[in-house]
Amino acid sequence: MILQAPRYTQQSMVDPAGTKAALVDHFWHFLITTASIVTAIVFIALLIALFKRHRPVEPEEPAVQRSLTRWVSASVAVTLVIIVVFLFTDFRLGRAIATVPNRTPLRVNVIGHQWWWEFQYPDSVPNNWISTANELHIPVGRPVVLNMSSPDVIHSFWVPNLSGKKDLIPGHQTETWIEADSAGVYRGQCAEFCGLQHAKMAMLVIAEPEAKFDQWVLASRATATEPADSTAKAGGQVFLTAGCSVCHAIAGTAAGATVGPNLTHFGSRHSIAAATLPNNRGNLGGWILDPQRIKPGAQMPPNGLDPDQLNAILAYLEGLK
Amino acid sequence: MTATARVETLVEPELDLELDAVWRNRPGFIGWLTTTDHKSIAKRYVATAFIFFLLAGVEAATMRAQLSRPENGILGPDRYNQFFTMHGTTMMFLFAVPVMIGVGLYLVPLLVGARNVAFPRANAMGYWVYLIGGVLIYGGFFVNSGPDAGWFAYTPLSGPEFSPGKRVDIWAQMITFTEIAALIAAVIIITTAFRMRSPGMSLNRIPIMVWASVVMSFMIIFAMPSVATASLFLAMDRLISTHFFNAAEGGDALLWQHLFWFFGHPEVYIMFLPGTGIISSLLPSFTRRSVFGYPALVLSIIATGFIAFGLWVHHMFATPLPQLGQSFFTAASALVAIPNGIQIFCWIATIWTGRPIFRTPLLFAIGSIIIFVMGGMTGVMIASVPFDLQVHDTYFIVAHFHYVILGGVVFPLFAGMYYWFPKVTGRMLSETAGKWNFWLMFIGVHATFFPMHQLGMEGMPRRVYTYLEGTGWGDLNLVASLGALVIFSSVVVFLGNVIHSLRHGAIAGANPWDAESLEWATTSPAPSYNFANTPVVSGRAPLWESGDELPVMTGLARDRQQVLLTTVLDAEPDSRHDHPGHTIWPFIVALTIGIFFITLIFSPWGLPIGTVLGFIAYARYIWPKKSHEPAIVELPRSVPAAEVPK
Amino acid sequence: MRCGQVTRVLLALLALVTLATTGCKREERRFREVPPAADATTNVVMSTIQPGPSIVSVATEHPYDQNAYAISQGQRLYVQMNCAGCHGLAGGGSIGPPLLDDKWIYGSDPSNIFATIVEGRPNGMPSWRGKLSNDQVWQLVAYIRDMAGLHRKDVRTSRTDDMAAVSDNQNRNRQTPRPSSDAPASTQP
Repeated sequence: MILQAPRYTQQSMVDPAGTKAALVDHFWHFLITTASIVTAIVFIALLIALFKRHRPVEPEEPAVQRSLTRWVSASVAVTLVIIVVFLFTDFRLGRAIATVPNRTPLRVNVIGHQWWWEFQYPDSVPNNWISTANELHIPVGRPVVLNMSSPDVIHSFWVPNLSGKKDLIPGHQTETWIEADSAGVYRGQCAEFCGLQHAKMAMLVIAEPEAKFDQWVLASRATATEPADSTAKAGGQVFLTAGCSVCHAIAGTAAGATVGPNLTHFGSRHSIAAATLPNNRGNLGGWILDPQRIKPGAQMPPNGLDPDQLNAILAYLEGLK
Repeated sequence: MTATARVETLVEPELDLELDAVWRNRPGFIGWLTTTDHKSIAKRYVATAFIFFLLAGVEAATMRAQLSRPENGILGPDRYNQFFTMHGTTMMFLFAVPVMIGVGLYLVPLLVGARNVAFPRANAMGYWVYLIGGVLIYGGFFVNSGPDAGWFAYTPLSGPEFSPGKRVDIWAQMITFTEIAALIAAVIIITTAFRMRSPGMSLNRIPIMVWASVVMSFMIIFAMPSVATASLFLAMDRLISTHFFNAAEGGDALLWQHLFWFFGHPEVYIMFLPGTGIISSLLPSFTRRSVFGYPALVLSIIATGFIAFGLWVHHMFATPLPQLGQSFFTAASALVAIPNGIQIFCWIATIWTGRPIFRTPLLFAIGSIIIFVMGGMTGVMIASVPFDLQVHDTYFIVAHFHYVILGGVVFPLFAGMYYWFPKVTGRMLSETAGKWNFWLMFIGVHATFFPMHQLGMEGMPRRVYTYLEGTGWGDLNLVASLGALVIFSSVVVFLGNVIHSLRHGAIAGANPWDAESLEWATTSPAPSYNFANTPVVSGRAPLWESGDELPVMTGLARDRQQVLLTTVLDAEPDSRHDHPGHTIWPFIVALTIGIFFITLIFSPWGLPIGTVLGFIAYARYIWPKKSHEPAIVELPRSVPAAEVPK
Repeated sequence: MRCGQVTRVLLALLALVTLATTGCKREERRFREVPPAADATTNVVMSTIQPGPSIVSVATEHPYDQNAYAISQGQRLYVQMNCAGCHGLAGGGSIGPPLLDDKWIYGSDPSNIFATIVEGRPNGMPSWRGKLSNDQVWQLVAYIRDMAGLHRKDVRTSRTDDMAAVSDNQNRNRQTPRPSSDAPASTQP
């Protein structure tokens, strides 16, 4: 079954859109150039050694051995020089990517679950905390410091276009930072084997201009949009009675569970099931009825809804913009 | 250099009959269970390891089939997790180290001129313990109890809460078995190499393969206890509720990573160093000169052995360890390229001034250098923390380690197979099939693993049972899967070659390659007693330096299994030592060890039951035999390496 | 074939068979189970006494009996659905009755436990009908029986990655349900 993924920039560390990724990409060019030259020299030497015509009659006589010793020593010295240059450049780069730029960062808490991402935007005013899932909105050109942990197993946060990865380890608080240079949607994926659905634990990072980001923050702080029509209203009732509210929360309703992702503004999300499927009616219906078919082993059970109930709840969820 | 020792001078028909009667295996099945002949045991190690290699290869082929297209349906997530875990576990624990142990156990006595290894009964026991471990985990795999947490089983995923059932428990105990076998073999190789060499084989004349096996063995002794501790802690957390890896009760998930990788990094050098020893061993025969830079090669092997223990944190760069500490490991990981580079430069220098003979062993050796250098380049790249933070846990890493392992372990191993097959079996492998084998494998390796570098940089993580269509990873994955088919076919060619040559291969003489080292100074296959008389050595290339006749020392007993012990530095004769001969008790003790650890998977009762049974069996094993002859006879030190009176 | 060889092959087969029979069910991971649902609640019997001379056994098979994966899923659900809030993290009880002892007010048969969860009970046990899928309820049933040590030892859950207040079911003694005057005895111990 081939699923269509949501539209985003192709995941790639050599197509950087963020500060850290750009620095590493630059370094990569240095690495691959040096490595190619060294490899070429070694291979050429090997080929010449194998196929050359003139060879010493007495290869183990002292003169030949002395000459070889000099050549081997010289090669070792050159290798050492290359390695030292590499180390020097690498340590400078390491310091650069570890230093958060001198602008006020946005702070986001990242909590890894089996098999979805929880993002919390803390605020000094408790009412303004935002809790969302699988999609990380960030402002362009501003560093975002991620404070990360996991209540279950080790995960790893990785958005190749923006930055290298950092593990989320139970019992530890880890920290990293990312910064997007240009607006766009970037895909990331969990990079530490975490069980059955490690393969489908992805996320989307949506980098927006500062103004648009601020708009998003304000909208996200609000409680859920009231259902527009009767079908959507009925869907709201289905949500509360059919077992969805046992795991999911929608701010402003009676549903307040924190077992699964927060769905308050679910209608605005680009994807479902941790960036596995585009967020549209068909996919959502399929996911609600039988998540196990798409992500076998996921913690969400199949839901036996009849067509009317399904229709209603789809209308309701689509309206949660 | 060109003249070789006349083997006929080493074989006297009457002596041969007498010695063979004392040293040969008992006939039939009971002979199979009781042998303490290092050659039989080593052949078993290699054959069993190859069977595991084939099983792991089938697992890999299945995984590649699953990943050849996005959202493929061949393996679901649970099955796939078991497959990739079994592939890694089999290759690392059940194939790579045991096969190098087997090669070492076969060659070391022959290379140093001894009749057997130092502890023949322990040698036998080690093999049975390894076999039990392998059967345990594959038995589990075939009944859906195969481990599924990865070959390095990070906690808390592998802990009691997130890995229910007995899958990980079986895995943890399998480690114990393979680790015991490796430790036994390590002690044996070190003792044999240091105390049982031919007179005159001082330290600076020891063959490089022996040095590599010795350094490998020291590394095993220091590294294996770490993984044994880790697996013990994990088994205890899972079985009796200890909290080693439970942060809520003061443990730490990172403790597992430290303990595991402290073993895990040296482990790959444990596999790699014998590979370098193999190349250094066969180059002389195919370049018609001794390998260049003996002191540099030996010191490089030793240096690699030491440095390897200072690299383990480079597997943990994405964890919250302090930056300064990580920098140390970056530097060490980059600097380990120096001793490895020295070896490669010395080999190139050997070939440069020698006269290459293009036979299959040399082809595999050249292929190994090419592939290993490429893997080594990416290795230095990922020593860099910023770079590694991008490619860690992606297919770039998968590409890197397959390149270094295929280049540093598998290709040398195949080179060694083609090189020593005549010595082991008395027949030559087919050159034509050998060349097909080599080219298919060489092309297959690049086709399979080169695209993975790109895949990793495009964001494809490791250990994923599938990927989405929209990622664009489908094409490169398909290429890699097709490459896997090519590798598969090369292994089939090799198997066919072996099976055919066992019956119909050309008869090899004692020294078909006109080689320089001692193992070629006896018949092919080697007789049960290895050498009729102990060779005496005066250089690094005994068969090339000794002219027409290899000097020997006579005087070891002919009516019982007796070996010569020599001093550590200069290999002067020291004493004669009687060996216990063939016995079934190593097998029995191995069975009790099996009962001990397998019962412990399910219940702590394994501890008292296994201890009692093991104690009884082991007591019987070491019970001294009544003998009228002293088992050890000291020899006067000043006697030169000539005829020694009985 | 020698005597030794025959014995060896037979022993190997025996080992494999034992391993096979014990291994299979324990390690199955079933993600889309269609377990007995409504039938379980209508056929549940709360008393072992029946009119007439014959006693018909009403013990039920439950789909996750001896399945380690399901039991561990039940362990997860027990915390996520906050069963721990009334029954205690280790099942030791607080405002709700303990679950790890041998006293079963509404019976220890799997179908009894299923009914208890789905229908709710007087004095505070909520009804989870429609809130949890049948599959999830059966996983909880498996875990509740696990807390009383009613599964085979190799299948039981071990500790969680929590503080040690959550005790370890694997090494606890089996609490054979006892008949009591104010509770119907289960026919399936």
